[in-house]
Amino acid sequence: MSDILLDVRGLRTAFHTEAGAWLAVDGVDLTVRRGEIVGLVGESGSGKSVTGFSLLGLIDPPGEVVDGEVKFKGTDLRKLSEEQMRQLRGNRIAMIFQDPLMTLNPVLRIGEQMMEAILTHEDVPRAQAEERCREALAMVGIPSPETRLKSYPHEFSGGMRQRVAIAIAMLNKPDLIICDEPTTALDVTIQGQILYRMQQICRDHNTALIWITHDLGVVAELADRVAVMYAGRIVESGPVEQVLDAPRHPYTRGLLDSMPGATQPGARLHQINGMAPSLAGRPSGCAFRPRCTNAVTRCTEQAPSVTTEGSRSYRCYVPIAREAQ
Amino acid sequence: MSQADTPVIELKNVHKRFEQRPDLAQRILALTGRPIDRRTVYAVNGVDLSIKRGEVVGLVGESGCGKSTLGRVVAGLHRQTEGELLYQGQDANRLRGAGKLAYTLGVQMIFQDPQASLNPRQRLRQILGESLKVHKLAPPADIPGRIDQALTEVGLDTEYRDRFPHQISGGQRQRIGIARALMVAPKFLVCDEPVAALDVSIQAQVINLFMDLREQHGFTYLFISHDLGVVKHISDRVAIMYLGKIVEISTSAEIFARANHPYTQALMAEVPDVARRGRKFTPIKGEIPSPLNPPSGCTFNPRCPHAMPRCREVAPALKEISAGHWSACHLNEASA
Amino acid sequence: MANSPNPGRTRTVQPLAETPRRAAILKKLHARPTVRGSVIALSVLIILVVFAPFFAPQNPYDLANLSLMDGRLAPRQALMDGSIAWLGTDDQGRDMLSAILYGLRISLMVGLSAVVLATAIGGAIGLVAAYIGGWVDTVLMRIVDFILGFPTILVALVLLVVLGRGVDKVILALVLVQWGHYARIMRSRALQERRKEYVEAAANLGFPAWRIMLFHLLPNCLGPVMVFATIQIATAIALEATLSFLGVGVPITEPSLGLLISNGFQYLLSGDYWISLFPGIALLVLILSINIVGDRLREALDPRRA
Repeated sequence: MSDILLDVRGLRTAFHTEAGAWLAVDGVDLTVRRGEIVGLVGESGSGKSVTGFSLLGLIDPPGEVVDGEVKFKGTDLRKLSEEQMRQLRGNRIAMIFQDPLMTLNPVLRIGEQMMEAILTHEDVPRAQAEERCREALAMVGIPSPETRLKSYPHEFSGGMRQRVAIAIAMLNKPDLIICDEPTTALDVTIQGQILYRMQQICRDHNTALIWITHDLGVVAELADRVAVMYAGRIVESGPVEQVLDAPRHPYTRGLLDSMPGATQPGARLHQINGMAPSLAGRPSGCAFRPRCTNAVTRCTEQAPSVTTEGSRSYRCYVPIAREAQ
Repeated sequence: MSQADTPVIELKNVHKRFEQRPDLAQRILALTGRPIDRRTVYAVNGVDLSIKRGEVVGLVGESGCGKSTLGRVVAGLHRQTEGELLYQGQDANRLRGAGKLAYTLGVQMIFQDPQASLNPRQRLRQILGESLKVHKLAPPADIPGRIDQALTEVGLDTEYRDRFPHQISGGQRQRIGIARALMVAPKFLVCDEPVAALDVSIQAQVINLFMDLREQHGFTYLFISHDLGVVKHISDRVAIMYLGKIVEISTSAEIFARANHPYTQALMAEVPDVARRGRKFTPIKGEIPSPLNPPSGCTFNPRCPHAMPRCREVAPALKEISAGHWSACHLNEASA
Repeated sequence: MANSPNPGRTRTVQPLAETPRRAAILKKLHARPTVRGSVIALSVLIILVVFAPFFAPQNPYDLANLSLMDGRLAPRQALMDGSIAWLGTDDQGRDMLSAILYGLRISLMVGLSAVVLATAIGGAIGLVAAYIGGWVDTVLMRIVDFILGFPTILVALVLLVVLGRGVDKVILALVLVQWGHYARIMRSRALQERRKEYVEAAANLGFPAWRIMLFHLLPNCLGPVMVFATIQIATAIALEATLSFLGVGVPITEPSLGLLISNGFQYLLSGDYWISLFPGIALLVLILSINIVGDRLREALDPRRA
């Protein structure tokens, strides 16, 4: 049995306006193995969150997934009916959002919401379900779980709410959890606690993670593999050490260089000039070309296709060569 | 002290409390003997700080530590509950008339949220030109020229002057916020998490802008941020704040090389580092306590891995543990 | 320049013209037949009202025109001077069509004036209360609570009994019972906006309080107030109709729609339905179309859609 859990090929998601449908995600290929942690990195407008939502069929009009294959354990999710997708969500594939109040209903007690998550997918006696809820809360490190089950979301702090969201995601022991910037809004010390829990859970239950973020530091410390997104495409992907130690794509290089730690304190930071293009203003050819210092004529004419190099890949006509590292 | 030596901003034992005053219903209840539930937020709990001309002081802390409130007190947007705030040697609260205006305009704030810090109904040229008009800082004929100059100085095309804030990006809005502050020729800039809401590649641009402006104009900065990496890069001195108090302060190099306070050490350990791979996370325990109910003694004691019984009883004072390096921790005395 | 709006002449990617579900999605985004209908109805009504003298066969307020002999004629019968009363006549001999057109004028004028004045007064008070805060806020808002605590019609009735009949007095009464709502809405919005950083920035730049209130707070707080005001036009019109129906509103010689309905009430059971029915329908269409357009306006101004 192959250990490839999720195989995405050519995913394209568009948003409709009067003028036409703009592609927020333009041909994304992604592979996730069992128990693997994949970091999906990009800045605002890169399409990383839209990718996450598209995988689970959570794109509402005016958005539409227009193309691609999303093979989960061999089945193409795009071909499933809404009812079949509903059976998968929260069960085999879970999602955690940046704002835990998107997961948690503010007017229901935590216990009720957790019970609902279990009982929707499985026919178990209530006592057993309650026990699982208690265990889940304990697993994410929430003290006195029995009392906390009766609390409302607003009685928890931001970090605690996110832990509850993780607990709910883990209730049915999913194979894959998609995490959309879950720690971006949290303080650094709380983020550390959440990352610790996530790492533990993945190791213990062999759960795969797609961790969507803009923070390269988190990805470096947490993920096994990383995919870098720019203007709707994955411009580089591969094992974390390879991509972060020796990036091929100028954008990845630029991101790493522009972090304060890469330059001496007090000196001018390396900056990527210009701005990321808006959805309606993506340059043809390679979308990064206007900001790239290595661009050649070919970059304007046609968008580069994927070049594979061992277990890594990138889209670039003028990749940063090995010798330059 | 000569003019050049006077610190631009000096805080002496500054406290800022937000008190919820009891309403009529609670006062009636109090008559029956029920104690009034006075909810007081101890945002800033006794801070001493002195910032010299041309210095960049980084102020680091997590949510609830009071750094934003402290910044607003320095800028004059909040009035402190207790303690003294000196601007160029004079008590800021006692200033009137021209002196007060000089303080108000002299200390400008750069805000965190680029979207909320600009009036959505004003065009960029109005946002920039308003202060010149109101305070008559330039003859009306010169104002368009000054606006164009400001736009260029922060790296924006002068074509943008007729746009509205929602027509420009987050990084550009932040530049407008900076340009707006520059229009009144300030001496001191309080930067409240100015790059937190920006993408990484834009952060670098804005940080470079801050550094360029400092070189050109000789500004003094209080740079508030939760991002240790950014603070380390731009600051001369760094102060670490926890629950309303400064727990450690020293030069940037010293703090990052020899962090003394357990909270500083925990912060350093927690900051995600691109150079670290496959890290085994061992985070500090406990939630950040609420400023409504600070723990007794040292406010960090519930989460401190080295807490001693003394820590729960007595709050440690800031003591100079080496030249220019101050820290508030009982552990330092234990070894003395 | 790094942040130039036109970085060279770059060709940009064109959007897709076709996708599997584009047609269905676009259709859903635009389907709103009721709004189109209401906008049309409202526009027609406004044109009729503004140009009433041109459309109306007679001037119903000119007592010299009227003859009791023409009273209570059924629709499509001829008057004594030969003209046809398409919608019949009332007991005074007024041509119903003309009476409705002129009555619409009064209703609309009363509704608009009351709302504009109430917005100005209530809005100003709410803004000041929110900005200054403290005891000023408390006092003003308790006054508002006090006024809004009474049933609207009761207060209006008492006021009009004291002040007497007349269009201007009706407007005054409507303003007095309504301004409190506007004050509350403006205040609640202003409290939110006041916390925003651009207001802090204005204070940091040393702007005086009046300038901050007028140029910074007010333009950003108008949204919800304007939408509320639009819908309140309908309420004001309905309120005026009620008061006139009860006999304390506009004078008998210049009837508004409410008064027309009231007059015709006594004749309903004897079969002369048209005296109440047609003004009633006109009133219904007016209020309904204003409400629907106002609703649509609220959606359009909702910042989340921007």
